[in-house]
Amino acid sequence: MEPYLALVVGAVFAGGFYLVMRRNLLRFVFGLILLSSGVNLLVFTAGRVSRGAPPIIPEGASAPVGEVANALPQALILTAIVIGFGLTVFAMVLLLRLYERLGTVRTDRLKAHLEDPRPIPGLPDEEAPA
Amino acid sequence: MNALVVAPVVWPLATAAVLVLLQGRLAAQRTLSTASAAAQLVLAAVLLARVARDGFLVTQFGGWEAPFGISFVADHLAAVMVLVNGIMGAAVAVYALRDLDAVRERMGYHPMVHVLLAGVNGAFLTGDLFNLYVWFELLLIASFVLLTLGNRREQLEAGIKYVAANLIASMLLLTGIGLLYGATGTLNMADLALKLPQVPAGLATTLAMLFLVAFGIKAAIFPLFFWLPASYHTPPVAVTALFGGMLTKVGVYALLRGFTLLFVADVPLTHGLLAWIAGITMVTGVLGAAAQTEVRKILSFHIVSQIGYMVMGLALFTPLGIGGAVFYMVHNIFAKANLFLIAGIARWYGGSFELKKLGGLYRHRPLLAGLFVIAAFSLAGFPPLSGFWAKLAVIRAGLEVQAWALVAVALFVGLLTLYSMTKIWLAAYWSPLPPGASLRPGPAPALLYAPVAALALLTLAMGFASAPFFALAERIGAELSDPTGYVRAVLGEAAAAAFVAQGGAR
Repeated sequence: MEPYLALVVGAVFAGGFYLVMRRNLLRFVFGLILLSSGVNLLVFTAGRVSRGAPPIIPEGASAPVGEVANALPQALILTAIVIGFGLTVFAMVLLLRLYERLGTVRTDRLKAHLEDPRPIPGLPDEEAPA
Repeated sequence: MNALVVAPVVWPLATAAVLVLLQGRLAAQRTLSTASAAAQLVLAAVLLARVARDGFLVTQFGGWEAPFGISFVADHLAAVMVLVNGIMGAAVAVYALRDLDAVRERMGYHPMVHVLLAGVNGAFLTGDLFNLYVWFELLLIASFVLLTLGNRREQLEAGIKYVAANLIASMLLLTGIGLLYGATGTLNMADLALKLPQVPAGLATTLAMLFLVAFGIKAAIFPLFFWLPASYHTPPVAVTALFGGMLTKVGVYALLRGFTLLFVADVPLTHGLLAWIAGITMVTGVLGAAAQTEVRKILSFHIVSQIGYMVMGLALFTPLGIGGAVFYMVHNIFAKANLFLIAGIARWYGGSFELKKLGGLYRHRPLLAGLFVIAAFSLAGFPPLSGFWAKLAVIRAGLEVQAWALVAVALFVGLLTLYSMTKIWLAAYWSPLPPGASLRPGPAPALLYAPVAALALLTLAMGFASAPFFALAERIGAELSDPTGYVRAVLGEAAAAAFVAQGGAR
């Protein structure tokens, strides 16, 4: 199972890096989302995929009986998903703000728009006091 | 469970939670924020005193023995860094009372600063690699908010670069952690030190490179530093000082920990590469600074340059080199943050960060000029200020292992640093006021001066009474060079014996 998953991880990473390297920052954020899913899958695969019983220690024993599944990668991924979600949402909001204020989401136009901003009509554009 | 080891993380987090509840009540927030930062400083001082007296302090969360639970480990390096973070937190909290505008405070400046401090302390204290990732993310998200707080256009433009670079670094870090777990089956750093030698050398080195890139982006080493000078000059001075002093040093700390405890399978390759990186980082940073005329941009490029010296100490991989890198790091945090704070006061008087709009500060504000001289010439490595001893240690370590080229680069970059500091001195302090410009009457608020004076005193103390600081740095150098003590403290005597038996002790 692991080799197949490794191939999937590779494909997701490739897609993620392709998107991350685009000039359009919206694509960049999509790339980040893809990368973070790829990493989660990677951690899952690195923890070995096995068909074991749930890792629950029976009453009275101090170690699980028989072969059990590895629960640690799932705990790691759960944490990583929560963190990834928060960071993605922040990146999205930052991007939205950038678009409102500068009128572009293209990295090659950021500098020009910083000097000559083109706020989007209908969207708020109030510069906060220094 | 040792509460003292966890306190530097729990305390600021609890403070942040209360500060969120006080949202909108600025006076209460300011009081609590400053008082809590002061208390955190005391906690950190107690922690260092205890570590100095009793040695390593270790806590296993939830009573799960290492390597199964998450360990918090306070060795001398971690305790010193927590104390430095406490000093910076307190200094910035006081400075922010006068530097920050009410708009940003209403947007949640105070809670975010404490979340940042908690994340930094967590990164220093944790003994678990995945937990390190979590603390990195916590301090990152707080730094994202602090950097973009205020929503000014240049902040948003800088923020997107900062966020992009750091998120990629986080992905790479998590990738490295996942693969390392796959290869060794553990994430406890002491346990990893024990198990990594059994991993094939090629795979171990590949993993080391992944971590080098991930930590390297956060530490702003060549060629991964571009995000730093593009973003550090946009937030308020108090935030920039905290970032410029503390944040990149978390990356350096991670490099120090990773490349002394974990990735030592192929030292000629990994640390040889670090030596190259150190040299190029020093040169590119200082040359970048030479081209700038805005004080904060000059200082930002110098952050990069000086990271090179710290990486150089690590790359030399001798107790003196590593101890020198730590001494350099502490000196640099104080001096660099202070220079940013001083630039803020200069702006209070002169109304600008642009060198060509400033002038006459030596004649009209001699106290500020004196404080600038202490910080700037310490950064440039003038005897007997702290920067001189820091450079001396790293360079002596270089001479001992006959790394002539690296030593030559370090000396040459020192000269160029002096050039940059002299440039600021000449333009903002020595030369008369440019026509049309005027200085704001006043003395600037004492609350702006107080942290600057305190940090300048620390710089002087590290220079004139460097012996105790140096003894501590040497002890850290010895501890990091031979991680047996770390393994023993976390995993116990049997594991330490096994570590020595497989040749881990150096």
